[in-house]
Amino acid sequence: MEYFLQQLINGVTLGSIYGLIAIGYTMVYGIIGMINFAHGDIFMIGSFIALILVVALGITAATPVLMLVLALGLVLVLAMALTAVWGWSVERIAYRPLRGSFRLAPLITAIGASITLQNFVQLSQGARNKPLQPLISGDFQLTDGGADGSAFIVNLSYVQILIVLTTVTLMAGFTYLINKTSLGRSQRACEQDRKMAALLGVNVDRTISLTFVMGAMLAAVAGVMFLLYYGVIDFYIGFLAGVKAFTAAVLGGIGSLPGAMLGGLLIGLIETFWSGYFSVEYKDVAAFSILAIVLIFMPEGLLGKPEVEKV
Amino acid sequence: MEQSQTSFNWETLLKDAALAALIAALLAGVMLGLRVDVASGRGAELYLEYRWPLFGAAVVAVFVGRLLMGVYYALRESGQFEARKKNKSERQNVEGYLKPLFLLLAFALPFVLLATLGARGSRQYIDLATLVLTYVMLGWGLNIVVGLAGLLDLGYVAFYAVGAYSYALLAQYFGFSFWICLPLAGILAAFWGIILGFPVLRLRGDYLAIVTLAFGEIIRVVLLNWYEFTGGPDGISRIPRPSFFGLEFKRGEGGFADFFGLDYSSVHRILFLYFLILILALITNFVTMRLRRLPIGRAWEALREDEIACRSLGINTTNTKLTAFALGAMFGGFAGSFFATRQGFISPESFTFMESAVILAIVVLGGLGSQIGVVIAAVVMIGGFELFREFEEYRMLVFGLLMVVIMVWKPRGLISTRAPSVALSKNAKGISADLVEEGHG
Repeated sequence: MEYFLQQLINGVTLGSIYGLIAIGYTMVYGIIGMINFAHGDIFMIGSFIALILVVALGITAATPVLMLVLALGLVLVLAMALTAVWGWSVERIAYRPLRGSFRLAPLITAIGASITLQNFVQLSQGARNKPLQPLISGDFQLTDGGADGSAFIVNLSYVQILIVLTTVTLMAGFTYLINKTSLGRSQRACEQDRKMAALLGVNVDRTISLTFVMGAMLAAVAGVMFLLYYGVIDFYIGFLAGVKAFTAAVLGGIGSLPGAMLGGLLIGLIETFWSGYFSVEYKDVAAFSILAIVLIFMPEGLLGKPEVEKV
Repeated sequence: MEQSQTSFNWETLLKDAALAALIAALLAGVMLGLRVDVASGRGAELYLEYRWPLFGAAVVAVFVGRLLMGVYYALRESGQFEARKKNKSERQNVEGYLKPLFLLLAFALPFVLLATLGARGSRQYIDLATLVLTYVMLGWGLNIVVGLAGLLDLGYVAFYAVGAYSYALLAQYFGFSFWICLPLAGILAAFWGIILGFPVLRLRGDYLAIVTLAFGEIIRVVLLNWYEFTGGPDGISRIPRPSFFGLEFKRGEGGFADFFGLDYSSVHRILFLYFLILILALITNFVTMRLRRLPIGRAWEALREDEIACRSLGINTTNTKLTAFALGAMFGGFAGSFFATRQGFISPESFTFMESAVILAIVVLGGLGSQIGVVIAAVVMIGGFELFREFEEYRMLVFGLLMVVIMVWKPRGLISTRAPSVALSKNAKGISADLVEEGHG
């Protein structure tokens, strides 16, 4: 029971990170109907920017608590802003010129962009993994070790609380943005019918750009959280995280924002329980298999709407 | 040159360039100007390195590049490049000469190398040519799937792995020889292609891409973790070398050199491997070109252009896709077992996603569906980078950038003119990219 509870906590934390990345996939898919293959690498870039800023600002675990909170907030905001520029540039250079081109073209450039970003980071930052000393330590012990101290102790660390809280806050803000603001309105309009939206005076190119910017910002938050949670990053983390987040988006129903979050949570939980109870080696296989199974048997996902192919 | 006719709007051009430079500064500021790495000798401590000259160079390069691009576009708008458009039919002729020339070159190359550099000096170049040909064959195999049928397969390397492991395991457990294993490996890979393809090929293009990617990774992870059977990360070593119709390349009695009364030389095997892959690749090409004329091949190309139209015309799209997928997989399997016998050692390391990406890049750069384009792309990209070893680390970066640039600039690849597979009139010259209405499937 204690072990189960611990896995549940870990799974929810991991799921939050996946969910944040999955939103980027689902939004872009909703609006231009393509898989932004480079999104996982945008997440990786966000993580790297955060790491560099943390080292540049000299933040360590020894920093006083108030300073630490302020500095981490600064890192988060800067990482979001700079990663947004990356997301915007990828869209501007690799995807926008291809609108209306044949259907494989944007997918191929997306793969090209992904390879480019990965290798750029590998060359500019080095191929070795970068371990960061934990910045936030400490945890709550939810259970004691039993009378003789031998039972499993369930830990809920401060980082995990931070991750889940940040995710929930961002999700709430984001839902508000999509449902209530004019930006969200034009975004939903483009999603339904791009041509009609353009005729009605929605600046489609700008809306699409902003979609990429928002996706990149959320990916950057996920990147910062990943850095704080695992403490080790390298240039390759975007690949696996990207595929898993994409799986989450598909599982939840691609194009659906609550679906992406739900899918993220499910993938996080499945992965954690799989490695907790079955085998760690095959945890990636579990995620990949879910992707294949969902796409084959239930392509509209849990909360998505079925897709009708039109001429 | 009548420069006076074109007037540049310098203000806009400079503004554009400055904006691009600003964005470049934002992009490069942290990721290029600063570098975090692990300090060696000081434990796992991270240290920061400032590289402002590099950062400055990048920003200036973007500024100048954007300015030149603006000037180029302005010139093109005003029609300065009209006269320089090439005559299409002339280019068609050049391509006609190119094919026999390449073939002749491919057959003569090892002998020319042997004659000029000697057995010892030419060895590495023949090895390199063998490697390039392996990629040509893989490119041609993938071209059936991506270029002809228009299915984006991101897990092609899985079939390459199936071929390689089939041979290595069959040889290890049953002692089968290369010549028995080669067709078996192809059949097994095709079989895997069908198994994987059957449920997956109903999916839309981009879903298909990501599922094939997932399958590629699953196969790699299984190979990596099934230690008892595949040797896990240690791989399989001492894979038997191929023999020339039963004659082994060994010193002394009963060997290849002995049988033909030649002096033993290690170069014989290298030459043999070179011609083996050359013939395998040519078979791939031959089969592809033949199939393109058959109804199935035409169905592939029709499928690539417009899937819905195909379905309306009564083509069974699932079966058509499946044949392309299985055939592509089969050639991947052949190439895989060749790879295993050439290396003598295989491990999951050789079958990562990056390998799939390299093969895909070759197909894309060469022009989707163009056979000669694949050859040129493989020679330039694989051969070129192997010759200039100091740029090796930039290879994947260049590959990625080129994939983006080619798609944006010439979506049908560098060789965008293709001879039609079937034409009613003998005068049909070629389908140039600008004549093809892009389909949306």
